[in-house]
Amino acid sequence: MAPVATPFFFYFLSGLALVSGILVITRKNPVHSALALILTLLALAGIYLMLYAPFVAGVQIILYAGGIMVLFLFVIMLVDVGRAEKERQFNKQWLVAIAATLGLGILFVKVFTASKTLAELLKRPLAQLPETSNTQQVGFSLYGQYMLAFEIASLLLLVAIVGAVVMAKKRI
Amino acid sequence: MVPITPIHYLILAAALFTLGTIGVLTRRNVVIVLMSIELILNAVNLNLVAFSRMWGLQGQVFAIFVITDAAAEAAVGLGILIAFFRNKETVNMDEVDLLKW
Amino acid sequence: MLDYITSYLKSDATPGAAGNMLWAFIYIMLIFLGLSIAVIAMNWLERKILAHMQVRLGPMRVGPHGLLQPIADAIKLLIKEDIMPAEADKAVFWMAPLIVVTAAFTTFIVVPFGPQHAVTDMNIGILFMLGVSSLGVLGIVMAGWASNSHYPLIGALRSSAQMVSYEVAMGLAVVSAVLMTSLHGAGIYATGGSNGMGTLSMIEIVKAQQEQQTWFAFKFFPLGLMAMFVFAVAMVAETNRAPFDLPEAESELTAGFHTEYSGFRWSLFFLAEYSAMIAVSSILVTLWLGGWLRPFPNLLNGPTWDLVFSLFPGLMFLALAGLTFYSTARMPKMRYFRVQTLGLAGFGALLGLIGLILFIPPVRDRIQDIYWFVAKVAVFMYLYIWYRGTFPRYRFDQLMKVGWKVLLPMGLGVLIVTAIVGVL
Repeated sequence: MAPVATPFFFYFLSGLALVSGILVITRKNPVHSALALILTLLALAGIYLMLYAPFVAGVQIILYAGGIMVLFLFVIMLVDVGRAEKERQFNKQWLVAIAATLGLGILFVKVFTASKTLAELLKRPLAQLPETSNTQQVGFSLYGQYMLAFEIASLLLLVAIVGAVVMAKKRI
Repeated sequence: MVPITPIHYLILAAALFTLGTIGVLTRRNVVIVLMSIELILNAVNLNLVAFSRMWGLQGQVFAIFVITDAAAEAAVGLGILIAFFRNKETVNMDEVDLLKW
Repeated sequence: MLDYITSYLKSDATPGAAGNMLWAFIYIMLIFLGLSIAVIAMNWLERKILAHMQVRLGPMRVGPHGLLQPIADAIKLLIKEDIMPAEADKAVFWMAPLIVVTAAFTTFIVVPFGPQHAVTDMNIGILFMLGVSSLGVLGIVMAGWASNSHYPLIGALRSSAQMVSYEVAMGLAVVSAVLMTSLHGAGIYATGGSNGMGTLSMIEIVKAQQEQQTWFAFKFFPLGLMAMFVFAVAMVAETNRAPFDLPEAESELTAGFHTEYSGFRWSLFFLAEYSAMIAVSSILVTLWLGGWLRPFPNLLNGPTWDLVFSLFPGLMFLALAGLTFYSTARMPKMRYFRVQTLGLAGFGALLGLIGLILFIPPVRDRIQDIYWFVAKVAVFMYLYIWYRGTFPRYRFDQLMKVGWKVLLPMGLGVLIVTAIVGVL
């Protein structure tokens, strides 16, 4: 099924993502930042749906918005928020940081819009991504071609679990 | 109205990347720095999925691996934060300046 | 315009797949209506059934046999004063019930009431439902934190820890059911090799059960049953209901994370809890109990058996009407009870009318799928109330032990054995 009203949804979702992103980095209260980040993640999940990637959208909602952000909110509640709000929020180097990063961003945009190879690649027909069997094809790739990366990722998760439990214990 | 090409998604990803980088370089609160790192990872994911729209399914598989890695890194980073907070009672980045306490 | 409306009626796809916005909107409104009626009915049923299990009567005064009690409760909640704690974070406090209600209601987009009676049939249906119900945890965490008082904070932390733990067990049980969709062949133990492609779409899962001529609860006996058991226990813990309701029990934490909420905001939490119960019961019915399929679709097939089973909705409503008329006859004969007796007789007449309408052949054919689905979900709603009346409450460490040390290994074991048996 083709996406419907693509320009409207793209501008709406990307505006939502950008505004929430700005809220993430400027709020004093970490809980408000976390909520803005959740909004960004959900907007991005909508954009993934528009890009014919429903499985990645589903994984983003379950893992990122429903798992990682719950973890963040837990830790924010365990850490004392009231004291952190009264301190100075931004670094002494904020001006240089913003200038350098904006330079980097403008470089990115110039590369994307002026690159010849990218324009040529776009002239080719877009990839045929049938939406009704996306999950099955991702499954075949994960367990077929990228099996080694899959196993290494599961090992990484095991190490992360053990590491997080050890780091957060009072006495090892 | 310009038709939406994948270039639009790439520019959105670049904008989110700059926002995340500004957050990492500018804020003093460790939790917000970790959240800005998640923002950067999401920008990278968006880039990958936009390219997968042009090329094939590999971008989406890579995006799933990136999400898995982000989960692992957030867990360990927050564990370190809790261990640090237990000792120094502060979540300021500027005060993480001792090699041993 | 008119054929925009009528062209959908000829197609046999869901409104989302057909791209028909108007019918999708109509389906959404019908789901809202149905859910509201279901929550109201659940309120009354819970109080009456719990009371009868505890050998008392329950609400009897407000309407005949307490039938108007939910309406009285709703009016009371609406006119109550809306208190916000002084030190609370106002934006987060306001948003928390909204997030929980939105998450609970959004899951109903993909619930299949029939082969084309879902709002849309997403390719990732079951993944979407699990994901959006895990967004409800966020609302609970926000509610507890924004109240700025320690009982709600502890209640929210415990509640969200419990929900996240049992989501893992739920996911494993769901995966072992999704594994069974990729098999061919009919019968309880048939596999036919698993070189087919499984599916995450809710409607396709029920169609796979229809094709394999066995509900997944009975497939690879006892594996399907064990997976269903794991999911049934995990779903009770996921919705914070007894016996896993320590975070919100009145005698433990003074109502947990929704302590500081009053009036309409509390009723939103209540609405979200019951809608979440109905949503996870729908997942269980779709995955293991054959969704909209009537009992014995292949064993007792043929036009006569179809006719017999299609009379069930009308007969059920007529039986309920008969019960109502019986209790009308047993009402006290004093003049004080005249209005109540008349009301109960009127309610019985309404039920009888619905039963008679359900006997008309065109209505009878169309209502079949929806009726069997709703009947199976209603059985699980009754089980929820039964658990509440029977089991003592788990202590929190016992709760977490059951989630991680009992259900998770059991789910993993069922998954591995199902995968092995499926390949053989």
